[in-house]
Amino acid sequence: MSEKALMKGNEAIAEAAIRCGCRHYFGYPITPQTEIAAYMAKRMPKIGGTFLQAESEIAAINMVYGCASTGRRAMTSSSSPGISLKAEGISYLAGSDLPALIVNVQRGGPGLGGIQPSQSDYFFMTRGPGHGDFHIIVLAPATVQEMADMTRLAFELGEKYRMPAMLLADGTMGQMMEPVVLPEEQTDPAEVMKGKPWATTGTEMKRPHNIVNSLYLKPDELEKTNLARFERYAKLEAEECRWEEYLMDDAEICVVSTGITARVSKNAIAECRRRGVKVGMIRPITLYPFPKAPLAKAAERVKGFLTVELNMGQMREDVELAIRCSKPIAMCNRVGGMIPSVDEVVAAIEKEAK
Amino acid sequence: MAIVFQKPKSLTDAVLHYCPGCTHGIVHRLVAEAIDKLGVEGRTIGIAPVGCSVMAYDYFACDMIEASHGRAPAVATGVKRSLPDRVVFTYQGDGDLASIGLCETVSAACRGENITVIFINNAIYGMTGGQMAPTSLVGQVTQTSPYGRDPATQGMPIRICELLSSLDAPAYLARVAVNSVANVRKAGQAILKAFTNQVEGKGFSLVEVVSTCPTNWGLTPEKACQWVAEKMIPFYPLGVYKDKDAEAAKEAAK
Repeated sequence: MSEKALMKGNEAIAEAAIRCGCRHYFGYPITPQTEIAAYMAKRMPKIGGTFLQAESEIAAINMVYGCASTGRRAMTSSSSPGISLKAEGISYLAGSDLPALIVNVQRGGPGLGGIQPSQSDYFFMTRGPGHGDFHIIVLAPATVQEMADMTRLAFELGEKYRMPAMLLADGTMGQMMEPVVLPEEQTDPAEVMKGKPWATTGTEMKRPHNIVNSLYLKPDELEKTNLARFERYAKLEAEECRWEEYLMDDAEICVVSTGITARVSKNAIAECRRRGVKVGMIRPITLYPFPKAPLAKAAERVKGFLTVELNMGQMREDVELAIRCSKPIAMCNRVGGMIPSVDEVVAAIEKEAK
Repeated sequence: MAIVFQKPKSLTDAVLHYCPGCTHGIVHRLVAEAIDKLGVEGRTIGIAPVGCSVMAYDYFACDMIEASHGRAPAVATGVKRSLPDRVVFTYQGDGDLASIGLCETVSAACRGENITVIFINNAIYGMTGGQMAPTSLVGQVTQTSPYGRDPATQGMPIRICELLSSLDAPAYLARVAVNSVANVRKAGQAILKAFTNQVEGKGFSLVEVVSTCPTNWGLTPEKACQWVAEKMIPFYPLGVYKDKDAEAAKEAAK
């Protein structure tokens, strides 16, 4: 039976991953996500799993690469500066068509930045975090419940499309406590090996050797693999976009926001509705693939959009592309670890409504 | 008619891309012979590096994974922790293992990961066309040390076996060479021991193989073997730098 618990977002991810059959976590301490590593360090030895504190973020992602090569559900977690270091490994995972879960609990940047919440890795994650032409699946939770639910979704989508998947949370999501219904322990670790004929588990002298590799010295072959990968991305974009619509039926202003700012925005929308302003919200849940269709549809009837973000307007550009600049898009943003207040968002909505 | 010599079963039929006179082929063969002798091909997973042996995944018949530059010990760790009953080895050059991947090398050795590391030290970056390696000798002329390696600005060459022997965890560290028939035989024994250790669960085993690069050294294959004897081995003495079995036997004899 599913149980309800009061947990931090970071812990919810860790427990959900275990219940999804993940038995291998490789990580390196960094604020504000270290609770994931601490939770795994406690739990994994009790269930015959592996918790390994790697010598670096680079080593951790490469341990994930090795583990994922064997078909196991492998994961790592970090925060923004650590993800920069993982970028090389993420590119190799993508180039070798390996599924794996990477959690990024974002903090302010660039450089060492700060340790307070941010959404400033948006471009870096949604455009393919690393060298070469590729994407990873990017999911943006806005509740502790979604932190748990999307952990399962990330594993499942990653395996379905054979690509790395990321939970892209802001620091608030990792640190806040909320009641969460944990997923049932429904995945047998042996089950996750099904449908992975590519895994390098040893030939047992029963099949030709498997090779996990991203090197193609012949340009026509490399082009072919890239094109095939982008066919999978096209399918992903067509079938897996997820978003939440909130009070959009009669909305004249459409707020677009994710994570903690989507929650602030919901309160601001409630206040604006009390004041008679017809405002709603589209909250992208998948950031790659980005839910362009509902935004394009909304553009046909709203007066304008307002993005509420913890960066300098990175998601705003995706909204512009989705609606093909057909309507004005205002922005209410704070950076560096600051979070806009409800009043700030209310003021921005009212300004846009005028 | 009796067969007295044949290709190891753990090598595929792929044609090696290595330059004439390069010793990678010999070391590939020694690794494959060890796998054959232990009868573990079907449960072995090899990790190829970035460098001249980048395409080793085509040459070994067991399952293979291509790692990013220097990260093979981390990748091997991920595999071994997932499949503890499998034999996991890395095959890495000096740039890969002793420069860009030094952190992964030392850390995997320090953790005592139960893996086998084959380390090819030929004192040069071969694949990129002959640049200075962390193991290039003092005075050695390369593309990036055109006036000869100068310790004042480019530091001294790194001795990996000696460096790792200060750690508690490694089970076996040995340096061998493949510049003569006698040395090839000894190298084969060391590589077999490094794989046997893993099968017996003894922990991290590394064999450093002093090798040649005739192409980038600008020497004939024969002269390259002489250069190993005259220049490389005096700086990189052959021998066993750590052997927990021998230490235990010594302890027991006290």
